[in-house]
Amino acid sequence: MSKPVIATASLAGCFGCHMSLLDIDDRILKLVELVEFNKSPIDDIKTFTKPVDVGLIEGGCCNSENVENLRAFRKNCKVLVSVGECAIMGGLPALRNGIPVRECLEEAFLNSPTVAPEDRIIPNDEEIPIVLDKVYPCHEIVKIDHFLPGCPPSADLIWEALTALVEGRPLNLTYEMIKFD
Amino acid sequence: MSEITITIDGRACKSPAGRTIFEVARTNGVYIPTLCNYKDLRPVGSCRVCTVRVAGRYMAACTQVAIDGMAVENTAPDLEDMRRSILEMLFVEGNHLCPSCEKSGNCELQALAYRYQIMVPRFPFQFPVRRVEAVAPKLLLEHNRCIQCLRCVRSIQTEDGRRIFVPQNRSRWRKIGVDPRLAAELTDEMALKAMEVCPVGSILRKGVGFAVPIGRRKFDKTPIGTDVAEGLPR
Repeated sequence: MSKPVIATASLAGCFGCHMSLLDIDDRILKLVELVEFNKSPIDDIKTFTKPVDVGLIEGGCCNSENVENLRAFRKNCKVLVSVGECAIMGGLPALRNGIPVRECLEEAFLNSPTVAPEDRIIPNDEEIPIVLDKVYPCHEIVKIDHFLPGCPPSADLIWEALTALVEGRPLNLTYEMIKFD
Repeated sequence: MSEITITIDGRACKSPAGRTIFEVARTNGVYIPTLCNYKDLRPVGSCRVCTVRVAGRYMAACTQVAIDGMAVENTAPDLEDMRRSILEMLFVEGNHLCPSCEKSGNCELQALAYRYQIMVPRFPFQFPVRRVEAVAPKLLLEHNRCIQCLRCVRSIQTEDGRRIFVPQNRSRWRKIGVDPRLAAELTDEMALKAMEVCPVGSILRKGVGFAVPIGRRKFDKTPIGTDVAEGLPR
């Protein structure tokens, strides 16, 4: 029987959740035995090459590329998991949600004291993804099946959830596994 | 004083008459979760997290006086789900960014979410626009995190009984204001008490923060309510 296939993505995140996934110590050897990675920054596969069993999403949606990426994950993954505060509720990027996008861009690219006078331009190349009006939690864009809170979720929580999902058994959560920070 | 007996989930609990269901439960080692209730303060029943069921009716355990023979339901699954939904509403109604909050690990709202294993709120996030207020010399008011429990309003007063925190406006526009003149005279002890009495990270002392490392904070290892009763729901 072929191994369960995993895919991961970091949308509007800091890669902290991916770091936490790699923070499972020697269990990482078991992970290699247990699953096969498809599209993921960990193996640098850029596009889906086969159907995926479990997709892990880090970060919320702050631009059009995040939304396209997330929809591609929904299409190709049987089970989709929001990993971390940003995927679940927007996280720190969502601090901008009360501020109009124009104001954010002007502060970052025009008015900030560290912008060189000759560089005062809001980037508008068509290659650059369009910034959304606010940062959206992933489950407000597509259906998400499971949620792992934490900033980042502890390696133990990610390991427990991942192994439970691929083995098809119920989650066994301890009090200390669920933390929001 | 006469003694009464009530049952909480079938368990007999004795108490002197005149106490609330919450107090009777607590002295008998039964945990009823609460946010707005605080030791020695007159209960107001504003958060409804302590909702229990008696004879099919829902009531706030912190304000309802226990009457002899009452059969109180505390941990029925639908009741616990109702409490969970109240907590989830509080999370989506404000801007609760736990990773960047000074109170994280010591926050009672967060601790209840841990206790109830809330992975994600069932309601859409509101992302309200609220300002941070720094008018008091010793305190920061982070309105994004305020849950309107009124614990600060009720407990922090000057020696001659004047309130330093006051509720302003109504309905969804209600916020807790601070009297700038009285706040300017706050002692360090009072400022610390104000921060401690706040169940969330809405009242913060200026100049200090993140003093206790992760792992040694109040709710890092033990769930809220373990001082009253062992064990988690279900």
